[in-house]
Amino acid sequence: MSAVWPQIGAVALRSITRTARQPASAIPPLLFPVSLMFVNAAGLDASTQLPGFPTESFLAFALAVPFIQGALFSTMNAGTDLARDIQTGFLNRLALTSMRGSALLAGQLGGIVLLGLIQAVVYLLVGVAVGVNFESGALGVLVLLAFSALVSLGFGALGSLIALRTGSGEAVQGAFPLLFVFLFISSFNAPRELMEVDWFRAVATANPVSYLIECVRSLIISGWDGQALALGFGVAAAIALAAIALAAWAMQGRLTRT
Amino acid sequence: MAGGTNSIEVQGLVREFKKGPRAVDGIDLRVEPGEIYGFLGPNGAGKSTTVLMLTTLLPPSAGTARVGGYDVVKEGPKVRSVIGAALQEAALDPLLTGRDHVRLQATLQGIPRGERRGRSDELLTRVGLSEAADRKVKGYSGGMKRRLDLALALVHRPSILFLDEPTTGLDPQSRTALWDEVGRLAREDGVTVFLTTQYLEEADVLANRVGIIDHGRIVAEGSPAALKAEIGLPSVHALPEQDADRERLSAVLSQFGEPLGASSSKDVAVRLREGVAGLPAVVRAIDAQNVPLAHLEIQAPSLDDVFLAKTGRSLEGAGENGAAPDS
Repeated sequence: MSAVWPQIGAVALRSITRTARQPASAIPPLLFPVSLMFVNAAGLDASTQLPGFPTESFLAFALAVPFIQGALFSTMNAGTDLARDIQTGFLNRLALTSMRGSALLAGQLGGIVLLGLIQAVVYLLVGVAVGVNFESGALGVLVLLAFSALVSLGFGALGSLIALRTGSGEAVQGAFPLLFVFLFISSFNAPRELMEVDWFRAVATANPVSYLIECVRSLIISGWDGQALALGFGVAAAIALAAIALAAWAMQGRLTRT
Repeated sequence: MAGGTNSIEVQGLVREFKKGPRAVDGIDLRVEPGEIYGFLGPNGAGKSTTVLMLTTLLPPSAGTARVGGYDVVKEGPKVRSVIGAALQEAALDPLLTGRDHVRLQATLQGIPRGERRGRSDELLTRVGLSEAADRKVKGYSGGMKRRLDLALALVHRPSILFLDEPTTGLDPQSRTALWDEVGRLAREDGVTVFLTTQYLEEADVLANRVGIIDHGRIVAEGSPAALKAEIGLPSVHALPEQDADRERLSAVLSQFGEPLGASSSKDVAVRLREGVAGLPAVVRAIDAQNVPLAHLEIQAPSLDDVFLAKTGRSLEGAGENGAAPDS
């Protein structure tokens, strides 16, 4: 068992090295969510005048979105990397070593989580730079980072699952817009309680992404909201557990060694 | 060494795919320790499918195989611990350097941390990649990628090495360099090498013994010299100056032996019934018919002749007909 940790570390290091050596794939997850946040904040700033809106700064309200949107990019990165390994035969090379499939998956996801954390730190710094006040304080920031890691883990495992089942980078990229739809039918632009269109509020309430966003948002604008935290961590953990279990099963099938 | 032997023993090995013919159709073979075994056949003959089964990456549909003394189905991890493999495509990460690859492979193969750097340097030097070790693989030539692939297969000092068409697409210089290294591995380190190839020359130069596979079945096996001796007689190849004389030339030559099947060249060829002694009569007959020649050559039997004799087709281009889809 002692040999497993260096193997996981080596695969994680490879994942990080790959990303570091192709900035073109690392920059969009940083720029796109932040840009969208500023565009939304510029257009929807007046929403803060609505009775019951939870904060006076729309930027503080919208800052939660990049954390989840950035994690969605993890899905695509993890998936396309793994699909490429399948397509090029690199996975066969790894299968011929003494490495376990679970260690390979853990290493791959370890790299994704680390990159997700780096993204989260950048979003935090952007928030601080534009004057967002974190109501939950320094401890809240740590909780926020832990939550970002958990969400990256879940979405990264989901991307790995798609890659392992299909063996196709195109399939992973094809699933990405579908996952983005979940973001847009969530509470990403307005609090659920202020949504006046019933069907949209119902969809946003059923959408697990809403709870991920509201968890981050609570730490930024409310302080310590036990219910939002429990729902957010619960949903994130459920997604992560289910996706990891399915990805581990798919990895076993993909590594058809005897 | 674990398992007590570095031989390969295969009996009745079969691999069927759902929508296709049997890619491998009941092959038997034995590779002795320290031997270089050339597995020769056209594209789609079943070479790579056999390698995938012997390296535990594909379960056989029937039959048994023991590699390094271990059963490929029941003792997969033990088999993997004694083999190294460079599969058909050099599966490398274009964004990693050569050194990154060797270190990753060394870690995954469980080489102790303290030994990784030394092993990495040693292997990169051995395959002539020391200077390029810190360059990204996407800048490597085909030959460099193949040499790195070989180094990766050797990281954990395997006693049996599988090389699946290791020189396909390489220039002659890179091909010769790889042959030298493979030869040295068998000669100096006693590594058993199972090498698939579609190049006659490669099998002829490198292999101690050759198995010729076609449509999933081994059609001939033996040392290159013994296989060629089976065919025995040389062939004469004549190229008419004008294409219009081909039929006349064919008629003349057919008096002296069995015509050889279609090959990619435009010459007319027959296996000389009387051997080299029959050549003067051939020349006189061509002269008597007044057929101007561009080229005349006598050839000793080649492995292609062996393939032709066993399958009725020339090895070159044989894969285009009836190739198994997944092999």
